[in-house]
Amino acid sequence: MLDVRRRKEWGIRSLFFCVALASITILALIVIFLFAEGLPIFKHVSVKDFLLGEYWYPTADPPDFGIFPLITASIAVTLISALLSIPLGVMTAIYLAEIATPRVREWVKPIVELLAALPSVVIGFFGMVVVAPVLQESFDLATGLNLFNASVMLAFMSIPTITSISEDAIYSVPVELKEASLALGANHWQTISRVIVPASLSGISTAVILGMSRAIGETMVVLMVAGGATLVPSSLFDPVRPMPASIAAEMAEAPFRGEHYHALFATGVVLFLFTLLFNLIADHYAQKYKQVGAATL
Amino acid sequence: MKTRPRRIRRRIVQGIMFGLFRGAAALNGIVLLVVVSFLVANGWRAINWGFLTQAPAEAMTKGGILPCIVGTLCLSLGAILVAFPIGVASAVYLHEYARPGRTIRVIRLGINNLAGVPSVVFGLFGLAFFVIYLKMGVSILAGALTLGAMTLPVIIGASEEALRAVPQSYREASLALGASRWQTIYRVVLPAALPGILTGAILGISRAAGETAPIMFTAAVFFTPDLPSSIFDEIMALPYHVYVLATAGTEIEKTRHIQYGTALVLIALVLGMNLVAIVYRSRLRRGV
Repeated sequence: MLDVRRRKEWGIRSLFFCVALASITILALIVIFLFAEGLPIFKHVSVKDFLLGEYWYPTADPPDFGIFPLITASIAVTLISALLSIPLGVMTAIYLAEIATPRVREWVKPIVELLAALPSVVIGFFGMVVVAPVLQESFDLATGLNLFNASVMLAFMSIPTITSISEDAIYSVPVELKEASLALGANHWQTISRVIVPASLSGISTAVILGMSRAIGETMVVLMVAGGATLVPSSLFDPVRPMPASIAAEMAEAPFRGEHYHALFATGVVLFLFTLLFNLIADHYAQKYKQVGAATL
Repeated sequence: MKTRPRRIRRRIVQGIMFGLFRGAAALNGIVLLVVVSFLVANGWRAINWGFLTQAPAEAMTKGGILPCIVGTLCLSLGAILVAFPIGVASAVYLHEYARPGRTIRVIRLGINNLAGVPSVVFGLFGLAFFVIYLKMGVSILAGALTLGAMTLPVIIGASEEALRAVPQSYREASLALGASRWQTIYRVVLPAALPGILTGAILGISRAAGETAPIMFTAAVFFTPDLPSSIFDEIMALPYHVYVLATAGTEIEKTRHIQYGTALVLIALVLGMNLVAIVYRSRLRRGV
């Protein structure tokens, strides 16, 4: 009797274990199929020419497959959006965790969550029909669809990520630290800036990296708002074409398993490696500097 | 003598800084309000019964968006059908069965990285794996599976949080009464965690409903006049409709009102589901 029960338990446990492997299996399949469809392009171009080539003319004859402009565009939108999203996201997190009264918090937190829930296509649409004309007129530009516009839109997509993870990190700072600082005569702001933020810095770094990872991989916003020119950006108001935009815009017209198709998959590989790198760094930070003490949430 | 100005100064500094923090938090609300009210102001006129119940007509410049609404519902429900059982089971394993160690570390790393995969890469994966390799073609099935893979980390995260909120004493009481581990999970832990898990499921559906890039190559098409009759049909979808009309159409200005209307229906759907989840969750936390 007991033995049957034990065997059944073992079976159920194994079943759950197999299901739990689903995520990692999917991740492995993503890697396999991205590489399988992307690597054939390197029969036509060298890795160096692909990554550092300055011309992306996939439909010209002969075609040029250099994704350097796409990579620089991706990095540019990510960095510029980070300049906005890091301060705003971290400040919102500090406000929520330290300053806001519980009543206010109860209202502001859902707002941040709803901001996170806005579909990216809607934010892109807003950038196209509202922000672009305003930019174009006020700065007298050829087009309002550019690096700057895309970066601002992206910033508001990564703020919720940065805010919610930073907030968790700030919460998990042991209350004793805060009390000690206040007891020594520091006021609230001094406690926040010299005790709480330094103590939660590893969590905040994780948040920032994940926020940037979100920004570099975001597709619809850069597809609709960035302008689409395959140039290495030289000014804040240049139209650009980050990697996700290129993939999304061209895949439909790329001949099945032609060079262009493989090149787009290879661009996907590069994009995937970028986000993988971001995520591994974030994970490393989160593990290495794991906070101990009174953790909540 | 010196302490008083210093104290005043630091109070002023605190006042300024807190003002800035308040401003940063308020900006989130302002942005949300501006985007939503802009869409409502421009979109509500487009919305009427016909808009919600008819197919597009006259090269998209007239008619409604019924096929898009149906398509988005099919895709997001299909995604959740895939992601929900796998996600909940994964969370149960991670939280109830697994012991700390390398296996669990690897699984968690996999989930975290899956959560970070860009949406367009999911699209590429769906195209290469479901559409081509498994020969599903551009179809609801391929799109729902792609979206399901993408929603999986959301479901796992929410389910784990719900399991964590179940007091340890419940488990101990059940085990002490002689129940096995599985009986404890099935009869005690899961029922207690169910509301939280369902909240996660609602958030998962809304996430899937709003995504565009994963369905671009796997499920969505610019136009099909008929409603889908099987899971192997290609379909229209709300987010893709907004994107196509706003960028690729030849008559972008003529379809502007439809773009606004479609975007409004989309955010009403997505934000509505999120609001339900948020309100439900805050009630749960208060224990109503």
